[in-house]
Amino acid sequence: MDNIVERVKKIVAEQLGVNEADIKNESSFVDDLGADSLDTVELVMALEEEFECEIPDEQAEKITTVQQAVDHILANKK
Amino acid sequence: MLTDKIAFVTGATRGIGRAIALQLGNQGATVIGTATSTEGADKISAYLAEAGLSGKGIVLEVCDAEQLNNTLSTIAKEFGAITILVNNAGITRDNLTMRMSDDEWDAVIDTNLKAVFRLSRGVMRGMMKARFGRIVNITSVVGYSGNAGQANYCAAKAGVAGMSRSLARELGSRNITVNCVAPGFIATDMTHALDDKQKEAMLASIPLGRAGTPEDIAGAVSFLVSPAAAYVTGTTVHVNGGMFMD
Repeated sequence: MDNIVERVKKIVAEQLGVNEADIKNESSFVDDLGADSLDTVELVMALEEEFECEIPDEQAEKITTVQQAVDHILANKK
Repeated sequence: MLTDKIAFVTGATRGIGRAIALQLGNQGATVIGTATSTEGADKISAYLAEAGLSGKGIVLEVCDAEQLNNTLSTIAKEFGAITILVNNAGITRDNLTMRMSDDEWDAVIDTNLKAVFRLSRGVMRGMMKARFGRIVNITSVVGYSGNAGQANYCAAKAGVAGMSRSLARELGSRNITVNCVAPGFIATDMTHALDDKQKEAMLASIPLGRAGTPEDIAGAVSFLVSPAAAYVTGTTVHVNGGMFMD
C-alpha cells in the first residue's frame, strides 16, 4: 500500500515536474499541482504503464488526486 | 540545424518523399524513411548512404495499426524519440463519384487520412516529453479547390488540414507545431499518369508557367521544421506556382 502511494507520487512528480515532497495524498493534479489537460492524459498513461493496467476514459476522468489514483490501482489490482 | 533530431518521413521511396528525406538529412537530421516494400526500403537506405546521410529505409504499411506501433517502438529504442514527422505517403483511386466504389473511397481515406491520425498519435508522446515536435502533413491543392474524379482524395486531404489545425491547438503548449504543405501540380510518378492534354491544361493555369519539382515541396517542409518557423503552426503553406491562391 505505502509502496503504491510512493510509486504514484514518483510518477506524478516526474510527469508534472513538481517536488515529490510537495505532493500530498489529497493533492489535486489540476488545482494543487498545476496540471493541464494534456498533463492529466500523460499522467494516466504513465500510471497505466507503471502498474500494467488499463484505465478507461470514464474512470480516468474521476482520478483527480493522488489518493484517487492509489484507490483505483488497489481496486483493480490483479 | 536539425542535428540530433530524428525525422520520420512516410512514402520516402521516390518523388516528394525522397526529396524531403534528402533535404532533412542534409540539414543534419537522422532520417527514417518508409516504403511499402523491401525494395523500396533498400532504395531509401541506399540513397541516404550515397548522400552520406544518417538514417535508413524501413518497410511500413501505414494502414496496418499493429505494424505501425511495433515500428514506432523499435525506432524509439534504436534511435530515440521521433521529433519530426512528415506524413507524405499517399495513394489515389480516382473515379467519378457516380462510379466510385466504397473500396476506392475507403482505401484513400484509410491511407491518406486515418494513417496520418494514427502516426501523429503514435509520435505525440515522445514529442511532448521532448517539449519539441514538428509535424508536417503533405496535403494537396485539390483539398482546397476540389477536383472532378478525386472526391475521395480531396476529402482526405481537406480532412488532414482540419485535423492538423486541431492538433496544433492540442499540442501548442508543448512546443509542438503542426502544419501542412499543399503541393500543386508537381512532376512525380503520381502526375505522370495524366495524359498530355490534361498536363497542358494544368500548365496553362499556373502563373509561374511550370510544374513544381519535389525539391520545391521539400523546401517548404524544411522551412516548417526549422527554427525559422518556430512560431508557425496550424497553417498550410501552398506550393503551387500560383495555380490556386488562398
